[in-house]
Amino acid sequence: MEKRARFHSHWLPYALVAPQIAITLVFFIWPASQALWQSMLVEDAFGLQTQFVWFSNFKELFNDRLYLQSFRVTALFSVLVAGSGLAIALVLAVFADRIVRGERIYKTLLIWPYAVAPAVAAVLWLFMFNPSVGIVAFYLRRMGVDWNHLLNGGQAMTLVVIAAVWKQISYNFLFFLAGLQSIPKSMIEAAAIDGAGPVKRFTSIIFPLLSPTTFFLLVVNLVYAFFDTFAIVDAATQGGPSQATSILVFKVFTDGFKGLDLGGSAAQSVVLMAIVISLTVVQFRFIERKVQY
Amino acid sequence: MIENRPWFTFLSHAVLLAGIAVVTFPLYMTFVASSLSAEQVLQVPMPLVPGGHLIENYTQVLLHGSEMGSSAPVWRMMLNSLVMALVIPIGKISISLISAFAIVYFRFPLRAFFFWMIFITLMLPVEVRIMPTYKVVSDLGMIDTYAGLTVPLIASATATFLFRQFFLTIPDELAEAARIDGAGPLRFFWDIVLPLSRTNIAALFVILFIYGWNQYLWPLLVTTREDMYTAVIGIKRMITGGDAATEWNLVMATAILAMLPPALVVIVMQKWFIKGLVDTEK
Repeated sequence: MEKRARFHSHWLPYALVAPQIAITLVFFIWPASQALWQSMLVEDAFGLQTQFVWFSNFKELFNDRLYLQSFRVTALFSVLVAGSGLAIALVLAVFADRIVRGERIYKTLLIWPYAVAPAVAAVLWLFMFNPSVGIVAFYLRRMGVDWNHLLNGGQAMTLVVIAAVWKQISYNFLFFLAGLQSIPKSMIEAAAIDGAGPVKRFTSIIFPLLSPTTFFLLVVNLVYAFFDTFAIVDAATQGGPSQATSILVFKVFTDGFKGLDLGGSAAQSVVLMAIVISLTVVQFRFIERKVQY
Repeated sequence: MIENRPWFTFLSHAVLLAGIAVVTFPLYMTFVASSLSAEQVLQVPMPLVPGGHLIENYTQVLLHGSEMGSSAPVWRMMLNSLVMALVIPIGKISISLISAFAIVYFRFPLRAFFFWMIFITLMLPVEVRIMPTYKVVSDLGMIDTYAGLTVPLIASATATFLFRQFFLTIPDELAEAARIDGAGPLRFFWDIVLPLSRTNIAALFVILFIYGWNQYLWPLLVTTREDMYTAVIGIKRMITGGDAATEWNLVMATAILAMLPPALVVIVMQKWFIKGLVDTEK
C-alpha cells in the first residue's frame, strides 16, 4: 500500500530515519556481522593470533556432546513451556468466557504476572522450592518427594518450566479469551439448540475455530521459550545441575563470557540467528494467511 | 449465556478461583516473607501469616540494601530501573514515529533499503549477538552509563511497523488539505499525525514501560558498579551468596518493590495494556 499524498524534500526524510538507522547499524548490524565473521575464526590460547578456518567452528560445535545436549534440553524445555502454558491458559480462558458476573476481576487477577520480570519470577519460585527453607519443598518432602533441584536435573527443569509458564499464562489467557469472544454466539447457540452439550460444543466448534489463535500463540510461546527465558534460567538454576537446564541462549552466554571461547560462541550465535529467522518467517507467513481468512 | 446450567457456572467459578489461587500464591508467600524477621523466614515450615517486621524490612532495603551480595540501597536501583523504563519507551516511540513518517510520507532513494534494514533487527535479539554488542558498547565507553543501558535497546522494528501501519490508514485528504493550506511536512506531523497517534502511543508506552523495567541480560552485561544496578539485577546479586547467607526476608521485600511499578501500570492502565499487547503482535 502506498500513499498518494506525499511531501517533497531532499534532506528531510534522511534526517528523520537517521536516528533509527544509526542505532540499528551500530548496535545491530555491525555486531551481527562481527558474529558472522568471528564464527569462522580461531584464536590461539593467548589471543595473539587469529586464523580463518571457514566452517570448522560449526563442525566442532555439532560434534560437541555438550552442545547437542543443550539442543535437547532446549527442545524439551520449549515443548514443556509452550504445551503446558497453552493448555492451562486455554482452560482458564474457556471458563472465563462462560462467566457473566465478575469477569473483569478475574481478568485483572490473572494478567498481573505479565508485569513481573522473568528474573523476579524465577526468584519467587526459587524461594518456594528452596530445598532448605521453601514451603513447597517442605510439603513435597512430607508427601515423600525428596525435592532438591540443586542435585536433581529433572527437578531443576521442572522448576524453570513452572516459573516460565507462570510468567506467560497471562499473555496466553488474554489472547485465548479474545479469540473465544470473537466466535459468533449464534453458532454456539445453534449447536446448543441441536442438543450439543458444553463438551461437544468445545471439541467440535470452539476449538477448531480457535486454531488460528492457538497456532499464533504456539509460535509466540516457542520464541519466548527459546529467547526470553535466559533470565529465568540464570536466576533459578544457572544452567545446572550438570547442564540439565543449560538452554541454548544460556550456553552462548556462558561460553562467551565465562569460557571466553570467541569462535565457538560466535558460531552458536549464528545458529541461534538461523533459528530466529526461521521462526520469524513462520510467524509472518501465518499472519499473511490470517489476513485472507 | 447459552443455557442455564447452575452446576456448570459453579464449576467455572471454581476453576477460575483455583487458577487465581495458584497464580497468586507466590505473590502472597513473597509478601509474607517480606514481613518476617531473618530468623522467622528460615523456620521450617515458614509461617503462612504476615509477621511484624514489614516496615523495618522495607526501610532497611530501601535505604541501606542487603548486607550480603549487594549493598547498594534499593531506592537507587529503582531509580535506575525507572530511567530504563522511561527512556527506552520515549526513545523507541520517538525514533520510530519519525522514521515511519519518513517511510510513509516521502519517496526517496534507498527508502526500501532502510525499511528492510529496520526489518532485519526483528531477527537479531540481544541474546544472539551478546558478545559483539558488548564489545561495541565497551569500545564506546558506555559501560556503567545510562546511555549504555538504554540507547542500544532503542531501535525498534515492531514500533516502526506499528506506526507505519497506522499512518497508512490516515486519509490522504488530510495530507492534501494540509498541503493546500501551506503546511510543511513537519507542521503536518506535529499538528495532525501526532495527535491522531495518541492512542497507539499510549498503548505502546505501557508495553515498553514493562519491557524497560524488566530488562535483565542487558543491564547484567553493562553494569559493573553497584550504584548502576537495576532493581531486577539487584535481586539476582542478593541471592548469589549461597543458601546460608541469603537474607530471604530482604530479598523478598526487594522483589515486591521491583514488581510494584510494572504491576501497577498493568492493572491501572489495563485497557491500554491489552491494546498494546494486541498491536505489537500484529
